[in-house]
Amino acid sequence: MFLEVTHRDGERELRPRGHWRAEHAPQLAREVDEFQPGAGRIVLDAAQLESLDLTGAFFLRRLERRLAVEGVEVRWASPRPEPLEFESGVVGDELPAPRPENPHPPIGQVGRWAVERGLEARGAIAFLGSVCLVFAGAVARPKRFRAASIVRHVYETGLQAVPIVALIAFLISVIIAYIGAQQLRQYGGEIFVVDLVTLAVLRELGVLLTAIIVAGRSGSAFAAEIGVMRLNDEVDALRAIGLNVVEVLVLPRIVGLVIALPMLTIVADAMGLAGGAVLSFLLLDIPFNQFLARMQEAIMPTTFWAGLLKAPVFAFVIALIGTYRGMQVRESSRELGRLTTVAVVQSIFMVIFVNAIFAVAYWQLDF
Amino acid sequence: MADLHPPPPCPPGTEPLVAVRGIVNSFGAQVVHDGLDMDVMPGEIFGIVGGSGSGKSVLLNTILGLRTPQAGQVRLEGRDLTKLGPAELRAVKRRYGVTFQHGALFTAFTVAENVKLPIAESLALPEDVLDGLAHQKIRLVGLPAEAAHKYPSQLSGGMVKRAALARALALDPPLLFLDEPTAGLDPIAASAFDELLLYLQRSLRLTVVMITHDLDTIYRTCNRIGVIVDRRMISDTLENIVQNPHPWIQEYFHGERGRVLEQALRPSAVAHRAPSGTGAASAGDGVR
Repeated sequence: MFLEVTHRDGERELRPRGHWRAEHAPQLAREVDEFQPGAGRIVLDAAQLESLDLTGAFFLRRLERRLAVEGVEVRWASPRPEPLEFESGVVGDELPAPRPENPHPPIGQVGRWAVERGLEARGAIAFLGSVCLVFAGAVARPKRFRAASIVRHVYETGLQAVPIVALIAFLISVIIAYIGAQQLRQYGGEIFVVDLVTLAVLRELGVLLTAIIVAGRSGSAFAAEIGVMRLNDEVDALRAIGLNVVEVLVLPRIVGLVIALPMLTIVADAMGLAGGAVLSFLLLDIPFNQFLARMQEAIMPTTFWAGLLKAPVFAFVIALIGTYRGMQVRESSRELGRLTTVAVVQSIFMVIFVNAIFAVAYWQLDF
Repeated sequence: MADLHPPPPCPPGTEPLVAVRGIVNSFGAQVVHDGLDMDVMPGEIFGIVGGSGSGKSVLLNTILGLRTPQAGQVRLEGRDLTKLGPAELRAVKRRYGVTFQHGALFTAFTVAENVKLPIAESLALPEDVLDGLAHQKIRLVGLPAEAAHKYPSQLSGGMVKRAALARALALDPPLLFLDEPTAGLDPIAASAFDELLLYLQRSLRLTVVMITHDLDTIYRTCNRIGVIVDRRMISDTLENIVQNPHPWIQEYFHGERGRVLEQALRPSAVAHRAPSGTGAASAGDGVR
């Protein structure tokens, strides 16, 4: 009990008692808010109060204010405790500032959203434009390509991703081969599993899976790296030194990934075919040399290139989105997380979307 | 408001609030602290001084229980931090407030949410009480009430330092650790911060441990100084420490900058400078 009510000489006396300190705040809040002031005068007496900190003073003032609102006449029998005087002096009767309301009506928000999207689209196009300009400048003066930086990105986005890409390509093609074997066995066409695996892996799955893994791995890394540099003012520091940020931060990542992703795709293709071959051998008793021979018949000269050609395009899309979202980070850690997420989601979406465009184009070109 | 002075010395025989004994910290072959001792008495403002790389921040992290030293012990209110379990350590951590060098406000939260976070984490309180307590702390450090709903990126450097102090004071701790509280502030804002600190220290009877390089702040606020030299600490009152013959200490207090300040501030100049308002943000603290 932190509040004690006694009656004396027809007057009610209210005594805060014990330690009114931060650690007892929940109980203080309950007792102060549940206190029924009733009518008539109340005398407050701090004689029983053993200690009072600023949190305690907050609740004493809350009590005083409640009594005042209820129209109860209040008098202090003892001097008002010193922390309470101090607290009242600092805070006074001022109430917490209300949360600023959103000043825009619903229709205004729609317009705002549209304008923001428009500005964002313009920003993205401007970014693409500056990348192209810097690239053109670098072609004219190759020193600007920053070889050391490009090599680092090839290593981090390419070489370090080999184990995971290889494993996933292997497993996915095992799954494709397994489903194909189940269906084709009904028609006695087990040998066509080889066609299925070969075409699926070389034309579509090898490059698509690799691009999706790389978008998750390196797209997020690009956005986060550049985002933290923005939060740290490192990007402004680069600008102040007179360096072109796109040349230093963006171009090496794009070029690095455009080199790394095709190489990863070749690894994925090889591992995918290996997975198909292993499953065919184990499940369908197709020996490896027969698998190879059938594979030669299944593919056209262009099949491998049809898949590989997409890799640099996907790499460009992933790196561009990752670096662009990283550059957009400002002000807070939450923005960093949000934009990294956006970078990954958008680059995976764009990879699949571009893949669909390739599919239509190949169909039309009979490639 | 009355003149603000550094707090008076503690009577002899008082039990120290913070007692550090024989701390050893090293990173690989580089030994930062080698048998460092430090005592902080209740009610004093203790300044930690040392050259760059002398391990001031490492010492602070050790005292806060964020880093386990290779040897030695840290006692806060008599409890040895290096031997406490996680639950006890959490209880000890509620007894102190900290501000970090760059404010370390949570950038995703508003100032009010930053102040409410430690309160809401340890005490179950209704939202309007939390708002009220946050408002109290924000006003206490001299920020305007409207600053409550601003994000750290919208604040000036001086306001960030004040907001960090408000968060450190959220649970009314008796002990306050400040890492470079006036670094990066203009002289007006730094001086206002000194006064705010003295005012709060006296009003709330706080014990303050402060890492600082600001000679002005040291002369204005500290009553004892600990200097980290040769991987140990030499601590004494300000009057005595400036007479210490150690060459680094001599250079620190009696170098070109120290001499100018000494003449300007000692012995009585502090009292003559009119304190500006601590109840409201000073002119140097405008919203960016």
